[in-house]
Amino acid sequence: MDNNSPYLHPQYETLSRDELKALQLERLKKTVKHCMNSEFYRKRFANAGLSPDDIRSLDDLRKIPFTTKQDLRDTYPFGMASVPLPQCVRLHSSSGTTGNPTVILHTQRDLDEWANAVARCLWMVGLRPDDVFQNSSGYGMFTGGLGFQYGAERLGALTVPAAAGNSLRQIKFIKDFGTTAIHAVPSYVTRLYEVMQQEGVDPRRDTKLKVLAIGAEPHSEEQRRRIEQMLGVKAYNSFGMSEMCGPGVGFECKEQNGLHFWEDYYIVEIINPETLEPVADGEIGELVLTTLNREAMPLLRYRTRDLTRVLGHSCPCGRNHIRLDRMRGRSDDMIVLRGVNIFPIQIETILMQFKELASNYLITLTTDADNDNMTVEVELEELFTDDYQRLVALEKEIKHRLKDEILLTPHVRLVPKGTLPVSEGKAVRVVDKRKVYQ
Amino acid sequence: MKQLSIFIENKSGTLIRVLDILSRAGIQIIASTVADTKDFGIYRVLCDKPEQAFIMLNESGINVQLTHVYAISIDDEPGRAANAVNMLSQAGISLLYLYSFLWKGRGVLVFRAEPSELVEQVVKANSLTVLDEGEFA
Repeated sequence: MDNNSPYLHPQYETLSRDELKALQLERLKKTVKHCMNSEFYRKRFANAGLSPDDIRSLDDLRKIPFTTKQDLRDTYPFGMASVPLPQCVRLHSSSGTTGNPTVILHTQRDLDEWANAVARCLWMVGLRPDDVFQNSSGYGMFTGGLGFQYGAERLGALTVPAAAGNSLRQIKFIKDFGTTAIHAVPSYVTRLYEVMQQEGVDPRRDTKLKVLAIGAEPHSEEQRRRIEQMLGVKAYNSFGMSEMCGPGVGFECKEQNGLHFWEDYYIVEIINPETLEPVADGEIGELVLTTLNREAMPLLRYRTRDLTRVLGHSCPCGRNHIRLDRMRGRSDDMIVLRGVNIFPIQIETILMQFKELASNYLITLTTDADNDNMTVEVELEELFTDDYQRLVALEKEIKHRLKDEILLTPHVRLVPKGTLPVSEGKAVRVVDKRKVYQ
Repeated sequence: MKQLSIFIENKSGTLIRVLDILSRAGIQIIASTVADTKDFGIYRVLCDKPEQAFIMLNESGINVQLTHVYAISIDDEPGRAANAVNMLSQAGISLLYLYSFLWKGRGVLVFRAEPSELVEQVVKANSLTVLDEGEFA
């Protein structure tokens, strides 16, 4: 490793478009053949009348049916594996509150490549082996924990698995260990800054911070700039999803003009979620990813449900890996709030357990003083008391039950019957007023 | 005494909807009061035909409850309200809410209180005049 090189993997990072495409085709063919070890893809290809030999060009990718999250649920837990289970060494799983959980399997080679990808991202934004990287992200099943842990270690940085929460301890670590880089969700960075202010800690004077990796929750350019000003650092947008390993899929370079998606690892498609046809560069559509470098569980044309657009293919940083805009929302109804994935059905299920409540509800997402918040309004079915304290107590009870389910505390408001949009057909259940989408 | 308790949003225009329904049904309001929290309010109404008003509001999809409250007639003189409330509190009765108005030259104290057995005892022991809904019909 040459510490002065802007690239950790120059042999991949600086490939020309043509070289990248040639590499992608070679890896795609290999991946498709390997997928035939999976019961799921064998059937999928047979049903489509498709053979691995039919994939002769990158355009042929479009012959392959999409893979969806539902497919992952249907094959739970191991139905999509392309290697025998004993070869797998790690499993990550989603929470599964909306049906079967999804399981992602990894071989040791998958974990190595994952760490390489994350290390490449961190190197790109200036991290070197003499840096101290504090990962203030949830650990456990959440891939932002172990993903950044192994990636930063692979790069050679001193890596602190601080995990999320306990802001006072985080700040002590930052000061005592000379932390130079942090990974966290943007709202948590804001929280850390608030606590620093309360404690009289000036991040510019009292810390060595220089780089932030932020991701896993939507945030606007304005929020990013504010975070950078607060801490006096550069903040880089990170994209990952557990289905694609986790972090390390896409990351901003120092130019901060979109996220480079690593095309030696993935084929990127942007489609119209209704027609499923590709959209033109620059148009917003759903991100579809095909893994090119996975052993345990390769995924072909996986519909991420994230909406974004292509910004370009070249960059002053010298990398020609496709640049995508920050995520612009979702093509399904999943809400990403403070890094937590929430489906409205989870909220609905809880609300319906209260016989005092009617079936109409509205979820409103707002950004208040840099914090993203959720307000759940729900109609009262029958006025069972005229004691407002009992109504306030009911609001509190709903709030606690929701918190247990979605792991965030929403605001809860009881509203009179007939004041919310009616639940006919596609009722408006979620209103997103967060700054990021404006 | 039967009182209408109506759940309303704490924002402009919400009372109009309720009042419109009552007016179209020819209901006469005798006294009313709004208790509000940050988000919602409870509009409490004494009227001439509470049962009929309840049905009308309920059918119009309004969150409404017929609540049992006490209405005590007192002299319209200083100290009478204090006197009555004092009797109740001495007996260990807690008031959830209370409001008052003038009716035919006398004061009326309206309140919800528990436990009801104790209220009955205080009323009896002190020969208080309790009004029922027939009073306003």
